Amino acid sequence: MKIDSIQDGIVLDHIQAGKGMEIYRLLHLDDLDCTVAIIKNVKSRTLGRKDIIKIDETIDLDLDILGFIDKDITVNTIRGGKLWKKQRGVPLPARLVNIIPCKNPRCITASEPSIDHLFRLVSEDPPLYRCAYCETAAR
Amino acid sequence: MQAPLRHLIDIKDLSVSEIGALLSRADGILARPGDYADACHRKKLATLFYEPSTRTRLSFEAAMLELGGAVLGFSSQDSSSASKGESVADTIRVVSGYADVIAMRHPKEGAPIVAARHANVPVINAGDGGHNHPTQTLTDLLTIQQSFGRLSKLTVGLCGDLKFGRTVHSLISAMVRYPDVRFVLISPPELKCPDYVMAQIQRSGVAWEESRQMEEVMDQLDILYMTRVQRERFFNEADYVRLKDSFILDVPKLARAKPEMIVMHPLPRVNEIQAKVDENPHARYFEQAVFGKYVRMALILFLLGLEKEGEAA
Repeated sequence: MKIDSIQDGIVLDHIQAGKGMEIYRLLHLDDLDCTVAIIKNVKSRTLGRKDIIKIDETIDLDLDILGFIDKDITVNTIRGGKLWKKQRGVPLPARLVNIIPCKNPRCITASEPSIDHLFRLVSEDPPLYRCAYCETAAR
Repeated sequence: MQAPLRHLIDIKDLSVSEIGALLSRADGILARPGDYADACHRKKLATLFYEPSTRTRLSFEAAMLELGGAVLGFSSQDSSSASKGESVADTIRVVSGYADVIAMRHPKEGAPIVAARHANVPVINAGDGGHNHPTQTLTDLLTIQQSFGRLSKLTVGLCGDLKFGRTVHSLISAMVRYPDVRFVLISPPELKCPDYVMAQIQRSGVAWEESRQMEEVMDQLDILYMTRVQRERFFNEADYVRLKDSFILDVPKLARAKPEMIVMHPLPRVNEIQAKVDENPHARYFEQAVFGKYVRMALILFLLGLEKEGEAA
């Protein structure tokens, strides 16, 4: 399988296998006009299997989303066809605003759509987020 | 400089020393209610009850009236603009202009947090869904303090619906902060405490155990806190019917209780405490309901920053 290398853009590497599509969806990569490649189940020495996303354009990434989905992701920024910056790992965000919905049907956010879905980090190891309104855990 | 606005959304909004001061104040009001008759003169309490209530709403209203203040509000969602689709935020912004303090009950969990964010007067959570009920906890703590003279070194049995039982969640949040408290959680598997409550218990390091039968643990308890299985929290009537009579306290079950053990219940009760228990010396739930008014008087004074006037009166 051949995927063209990118000149100016971003490569998200070391994504836990199976999480690539979730990141694609949450980062709204389907809204981009440029080439985006999701490579699933790539063999990896450290992870066994991993996903990779290649974005053929330099965009502002929402690192909160990446940190929430997989804090061990590597973010490679490519310029002129070369690696310009490598960020290993993304910090866990303290808050998640409108990234995931609260799934508790009894939560106020379920009945008032104008209220932001807000989750707070309550534990780093293992990572655990709870709804700021009803304390339901994000799964 | 004006003191920052205080709300009571979660019992953890109050420090242990503030809780102690509130209970002392409630005790003082109980002893000399006349001293506080004008403490809230020209102040207004809005009771915004989106869900039915007898004790909580009436005790809030009685509390404000006994403090010399006035009350306004609504007692069901149907009699407010919520029935027209008005948001909590908009209602609170408007009511903040009419009242000096707001007590709000809402069926949705977290609604009082939204209210507090948009209010420019203190907001009191008078119960939000199956989540929290901090003023019931103040009532419960006053009852326990009056019965035992302490809030520590107590084994507390919590029985019934621990999943949706907001009074249980708030009581646990409060009591994990006192030394040598032990919890015995008595519920069917479907109605166990939610994970965020169990996380608090585990974080605090207090002793706890689970039981499926109150009779098994009756002789260990200082407090048996009974709760109703709440029809209004179930989406499925069949589940409610199956679980509603999981635990029924009758007089024979109290035979092994310590002499000083007290039975509490936030009320209303349905079948979970038989009427014959009402006359039993262990029963404290009607006394508990009366304490609710006094502790809410103390809370209103505290949130309005009127403690000193109350003391001086």
